[in-house]
Amino acid sequence: MTERTKRLRQESLDAAPVLTAERAVLMTEFYQANEGKYSVPVMRARSFMHLCRNKAIWLGDEELIVGERGPRPKVVPTYPELTCHSSEDLRILDTRPKTSYGVSDECIKAYEEKVIPYWRGRSMRDRIFPALPAQWLAAYEAGLFTEFMEQRAPGHTVLDDKIYRKGLLGFKRDIAESMASLDWLSDHDAHSKREQLAAMDISCDALILFARRHAELALDMAAEEKDPARKAELKRIADVCSHVPANAPRDFHEALQYYWFCHLAVITELNGWDAFSPGHLDQHLLGFYNKGIADGSLTPEAARELVEAFFVKFNNHPAPPKVGVTAAESGTYTDFANINIGGLLADGSDGSNEISHMLLDVVEDMHLLQPSNNVQLSAKSPDALLTAALKVIRKGYGLPSVFNADAVVQEQLRQGKTLADARAGGCSGCVETGAFGKEAYILTGYFNMPKVLELALHDGVDPRTGKQLGPRTGPAGSFASFDDLFAAFRKQMSHFIDVKMRGNHIIEHMYATMMPAPFLSVITDDCIKSGKDYNSGGARYNNSYIQFVGIGSLTDSLTAISKAAFDDKSVGLAELVAALDADFAGNEQLRQRLVNRMPKYGNDDDYADAIMVRAFEMLFDEVDGRPNGKGGCYRIEMLPTTVHVYFGSVTGAAADGRKARLPLSEGISPVQGADRKGPTAVVRSAGKMDHLKTGGALLNMKFTPSLLADQAGLEKLAHLVRGYFKMDGHHMQFNVVKAEALREAQAHPETHRDLIVRVAGYSDYFCDLSVELQEEIITRTEHAAF
Amino acid sequence: MESGLVLNIQRYSIHDGPGIRTTVFLKGCPLTCWWCPNPESQCAGREVIVVETRCVRCGRCREVCPVEQLPAPGGDGVRAAPAACTLCGACVEACPTGAAQMAGTAMTAAEVIAEVRRDRIFYDESGGGVTISGGEPLMQPAFVKALLKACRAGGIATAVDTSGYGSREQLLEIAKLTDLFLYDIKLMDPASHASYTGASNEGILDNLRALGQVHSNIWVRIPLVPGINDSPAELDAAAELIRQIKGVQQVNLLAYHDTAAHKFERLGRPYRVSDISAPTPWQMDQAAERMRKFGLNVKTGG
Repeated sequence: MTERTKRLRQESLDAAPVLTAERAVLMTEFYQANEGKYSVPVMRARSFMHLCRNKAIWLGDEELIVGERGPRPKVVPTYPELTCHSSEDLRILDTRPKTSYGVSDECIKAYEEKVIPYWRGRSMRDRIFPALPAQWLAAYEAGLFTEFMEQRAPGHTVLDDKIYRKGLLGFKRDIAESMASLDWLSDHDAHSKREQLAAMDISCDALILFARRHAELALDMAAEEKDPARKAELKRIADVCSHVPANAPRDFHEALQYYWFCHLAVITELNGWDAFSPGHLDQHLLGFYNKGIADGSLTPEAARELVEAFFVKFNNHPAPPKVGVTAAESGTYTDFANINIGGLLADGSDGSNEISHMLLDVVEDMHLLQPSNNVQLSAKSPDALLTAALKVIRKGYGLPSVFNADAVVQEQLRQGKTLADARAGGCSGCVETGAFGKEAYILTGYFNMPKVLELALHDGVDPRTGKQLGPRTGPAGSFASFDDLFAAFRKQMSHFIDVKMRGNHIIEHMYATMMPAPFLSVITDDCIKSGKDYNSGGARYNNSYIQFVGIGSLTDSLTAISKAAFDDKSVGLAELVAALDADFAGNEQLRQRLVNRMPKYGNDDDYADAIMVRAFEMLFDEVDGRPNGKGGCYRIEMLPTTVHVYFGSVTGAAADGRKARLPLSEGISPVQGADRKGPTAVVRSAGKMDHLKTGGALLNMKFTPSLLADQAGLEKLAHLVRGYFKMDGHHMQFNVVKAEALREAQAHPETHRDLIVRVAGYSDYFCDLSVELQEEIITRTEHAAF
Repeated sequence: MESGLVLNIQRYSIHDGPGIRTTVFLKGCPLTCWWCPNPESQCAGREVIVVETRCVRCGRCREVCPVEQLPAPGGDGVRAAPAACTLCGACVEACPTGAAQMAGTAMTAAEVIAEVRRDRIFYDESGGGVTISGGEPLMQPAFVKALLKACRAGGIATAVDTSGYGSREQLLEIAKLTDLFLYDIKLMDPASHASYTGASNEGILDNLRALGQVHSNIWVRIPLVPGINDSPAELDAAAELIRQIKGVQQVNLLAYHDTAAHKFERLGRPYRVSDISAPTPWQMDQAAERMRKFGLNVKTGG
């Protein structure tokens, strides 16, 4: 890190997240003044223009990459057109102990006087819930599933290389061409396409204007600046911001700044999930880097400082605050921007380069919460890339995670993408596979599988509330065999998947018609060509995902039932369910037996693993290939973020010996502490799942530092990763930290604020996690040296 | 089909030879080293042991035991296996937490190999394989040979971790099936060796000399126990011997650690090196440096 980076980094770390009503007030003004004048997409684009023209802009001391979503770093806007916070919500955000956001009295006043009176009843959240069927609401309240779009917009997307070749003026020409070729005679959608394209055009102008405002500010500041070096930098910034995003970038600095303006546009236009990501940054930057080095305009040190400045920008942008269940499923400041390192080139050759190693160095040096980073490891990737990544991983920040680039390609080919598009794709958010710059891959919600098993054991009744939520599939005592029970479980799964999808279709349609994303559509193929929005099927690929949670807990519960109730007949199923209903009160021996004496997933135990595979294949069959409303299909993913804690809290005691309300297993990891045969056994169990049928499956491994202390330890871990990937494993991530260190941090959070741990698909500050999640992370099996 | 008594099959062993390995620990050892890290491997028969940290004092073991009297109601404390234990396994089966364990499982070579094969993808990836350890493999030579043959037939690299105490004839036969030997030297001074390990080192050192004539890939491992075998005289004598054995490729100095203390306690045996602390990294480096002066390739750690 340069001295400048150190200061910028420290400022970013020291600033506490604060909420601003600026965006909400500007949007309210614009909508009040213009409601009804324009089509929906044009209204959205013009409101975006209003923001770009009027929001306060920021250019901090010493900054090289410029632009903030809020009026200054770490100041977070709100999106009342999506979620209109109440004054009560705002006060809670201000005072809640974890992931709080400072809220001033002025902010609350602005909300009470301007924002709430207009948006209450008009926001998406206010309109979505009344539109959903009673069955959906009952299942949602019971914790069967969550819903991503009830308070944030569809997002989960990543940019490809298109902006490095074309400026927004070029995209405007494409838009004009598309508009000119509309078929007004026989295409009944021609008008809506024209409106959509007009909106895209306006959104380009808006971002160019936003950049020019920065150029003007930089020139004004340069005029006042006494220090000649800084004066030159400010002039350079003005030059950069005058050139991009209107035109294609000419150099390394402009490439980074162009991306950053696009990033800000996407996260300002709407509050999409997972912010936005630059994708294969190392591949995108290489040409600019080589050119700069060759013509002498860039040094490796200067390039690195620009990358550092770029990283600070991500860290300046905490996720907009979430409310309700969504805050529980994703309680973090992280907004899941995720940079891909390595991977493959379009021709299938190794895509790692000099910049890949520079990025890893920056990750290690800066260890910021954001952006997340991952290494895309192909069989063609050099060992040096993996070793460099593991050297960062062993520092214990939980970064980077490691993905199987070859599996990521195969997953996409299975979904019908072209080879070139699949190779240009990668992973974003936590572990989600997508075709970068060409796909709306929408995560629709988490799905609580152990809860569904609980219903199957109670004839469709939720024992927590006594409500009949699912179909009547018979009481526990009525199952004559494990197959009978499994059939009931499948029936319940099928039912709730249908309930979830019906809700998805309603919400999807509401976003398509009410909340288009014109700027995101400009930079996502083939929205311009098709004249359709990102939110209404304009992208080349449109996969919708349901993310299934708790396969470890589910497997161990089903396994215990199969073994104890049907094979050994050591306990009747009805008797077992009665013990679960009593949360094992007076039955600790039974619980101990279930915890300790049953086959468990994660131990390469064929009995348990076969049940895992059976459950996995069942849910794949129930979901994969079913059509969504955008011309795409439903797919499955296996990831939890932090929802396994919330889902556990609504799920009673289970046959795996888990007591009521405790967290479920996360991702495809074994139940916390159930894996007792070491990491190869975990990996072998996880590898029996066919990852190529998913769009991502998350495996968390925890190692003590001693296991990775020397070169030999690192190499053996590298072999473990390679072995897993040979088995088509999708992803692996590592917590390298001792349980004692976590306990110490729990006891003295004030001195361990910087302790970053891998949670589930992302890293977070340990001290910011809920106590339940802290406990859960400590309990995850620590793989010590043998 | 050959069968043997197996204590444990440990996967992702990364300190028992190159790469990622599966270590098969056999039960039974002729030595009784004071610092033995696996004292439960010493006895050549099965034993019931109770892991006290997992015991919830539920009393099920006493209820099902055919030998022991039922306890007084409310009896607490961890139960040790009764002196007249018949190894019927009722308590192990009844124990809900897995605290009561049968140390030692009779397994056929095929069963062991099936387990070993599971991590084959990692052996291939890492240059690892199987390590047969103990206990002392030379106590079950026919079984060891069957295991090694099966591994060879399956293309799995083999290592044998031995104290060297046993039949020379068997050792040399095993050598024909073994890619790598991990050969322990505990002490050079015969009297000390006898008192700390319960046996003479004469045969061990002669076996090493004989093995070194026919096998070219031997790693000598010395557990460095401060105050017992780290004196200059000990180190020099070991180095001088090893220097003369041409099959030795490297020497590994392994740091003694006291994690086995609770295992001795669990077995009701005295832990006689409780006053010794683990060597410091500096002590390890000093010892390694001293032995390197004899021209040896010395490493610290596995």
